[in-house]
Amino acid sequence: MTTALLQVSDITAGYRPDLPILHGVSVSVSEAEMVTIIGPNGAGKSTLVKAIAGLVPISSGTVSVAGSNVTNLLTHKLATASIAYVPQTANVFTTLTIDENLKLGASTLSKAEGARRIAMAYDNFPVLQKYRSHKAKVLSGGQRQTLAVARALLTEPRLLMLDEPSAGLSPLMVSEVFERLKSLVSTGVAILMVEQNVKAALAISDRTYVLAEGRNRIDGPSSELAGDSQVATIYLGAGGRKR
Amino acid sequence: MLQALADGILTGSIIALGAIGLTLTMGILRFANFAHAELITWGAYMALGVLAITGVFAGPIGPFSFGLPLILATLVAAVLTAALALVVDYLVFRPLRSHTNHMTVVFSSFGVSLLVRMVILLIFGGSAEYYSDELQIAVRLMPGLRVMPDHLFTLGLTLVIVIALHFFLQRTRLGLSMRALAENPDLVRINGIDTRTVVRWTWIIGAALAAVAGVLYGMTVQLRPEIGFQLLLPLFAAAILGGVGNVFGAVVGGLIVGLAESFSVLFIPAGYKMAVPFIILLAVLYVRPSGLFGGMRGGAK
Ligand SMILES: Nc1ncnc2c1ncn2[C@@H]1O[C@H](COP(=O)(O)OP(=O)(O)OP(=O)(O)O)[C@@H](O)[C@H]1O
Ligand SMILES: [Mg+2]
Repeated sequence: MTTALLQVSDITAGYRPDLPILHGVSVSVSEAEMVTIIGPNGAGKSTLVKAIAGLVPISSGTVSVAGSNVTNLLTHKLATASIAYVPQTANVFTTLTIDENLKLGASTLSKAEGARRIAMAYDNFPVLQKYRSHKAKVLSGGQRQTLAVARALLTEPRLLMLDEPSAGLSPLMVSEVFERLKSLVSTGVAILMVEQNVKAALAISDRTYVLAEGRNRIDGPSSELAGDSQVATIYLGAGGRKR
Repeated sequence: MLQALADGILTGSIIALGAIGLTLTMGILRFANFAHAELITWGAYMALGVLAITGVFAGPIGPFSFGLPLILATLVAAVLTAALALVVDYLVFRPLRSHTNHMTVVFSSFGVSLLVRMVILLIFGGSAEYYSDELQIAVRLMPGLRVMPDHLFTLGLTLVIVIALHFFLQRTRLGLSMRALAENPDLVRINGIDTRTVVRWTWIIGAALAAVAGVLYGMTVQLRPEIGFQLLLPLFAAAILGGVGNVFGAVVGGLIVGLAESFSVLFIPAGYKMAVPFIILLAVLYVRPSGLFGGMRGGAK
């Protein structure tokens, strides 16, 4: 592990200049590494990934990808920076068809290349093929999540950011999604994901960061945090000592 | 009766062209742009200006009152109207959009509309103008129904534009981005699309259609600086009736408003005609709050 693929250093960010949500958060992700971010509701987990994606302004600190500075990136340049991002909510266009959703995801590619990768996506996710000309609003929550991930992978990113990919899925689906993510990592894609399914996330990811009140609290190899009693305390919102 | 039907469809198709641009910009930029109707006036007068400057009056084509010069003038007017829309967006709406609340932008559009009308009044004066003084012979389509060739042309052109626009929105990348932008701007950016470009094209298309509507209005009725003001309510009624952001809805809405206006004069004094679109609007919104066909912005519900 020389230079990290994603390096977030000490960022302050928020929706309004006078009200920072993140107070100096640092996170790093290496090539082909799976990193989880956990923390209580309102901790700033989504805000962190949004800030990396350029959707929330960063007032201090830096974000870099593979050594180049992408702080306050224009969001439409995410793909150029080799990042793909699946938001927590509203992550598909419900008024467009599955096919149109995928076509939008391929809009940074040439038409021919886009068509080729969309065909591959249909092979990988048969459920999408089945509904390809239906509006995305007919999809179930799990199917929408599948569509959102399939869309994100079209640009063949080096880093995939997922905000609660398992939200609202049945336990069976959760393990299925995580298995798929694991196999993605084995192909060399790095993953930064926010999760509420703490147990499953700790079991599958390489490293984990615990965030609370817009600050880093604990981080380390997931296997070590799994047995840490402090994680449970913070996670349950009991506060925990400031470190 | 038949005549009212023909008149209504004519007015309706002009309203529809204006309402398409309005519904697109409202759906995507999410504010009621009261200056949109003024783009219609601007387009109509720019075409007049081009005709006056070039001074060419090559004879009319076939049975129509106009010839090639007006067609070329309309193209130039469409470009000039798009330019006006882009300049106004850049100087007025864009800074306000990001810094202040929604109502400020709406009120600023009132200001813009007054300003545009004053500029036109200053340059062209307030009296009625015509593109051509050619006399047209009405064709009798069937007993009790006589229409001007120009009117048939208007209908045909509207139809062609609506079909072309439909294919543009359904089949092209830009059209797809425009529909997506109406639902979820952030997700469009996440997909790697620069929304500023898409917004610019939306203005260009809306303004060009407004210019065409203006020329058609000037050709079939007359040119006055208050064309836009008179079309304001019908445009909004049509756009809202059809569901904001819905192009097909705007066309149907335009036709409904046009027909209602022309039939209303059979029953009520012509002075009340302007209230008719408003009454229909209220009636429809009472039953279907998101318009007849629902909006394009499903995510916002
Ligand atoms: N669009 C917004 N505008 C203003 N404040 C916001 C916005 N979104 C979130 N916040 C605030 O930012 C803080 C952190 O929210 P964030 O969504 O990052 O939390 P989270 O850790 O992702 O929580 P959850 O687990 O519930 O998804 C909260 O206090 C929230 O009220
Ligand atoms: Mg969140």
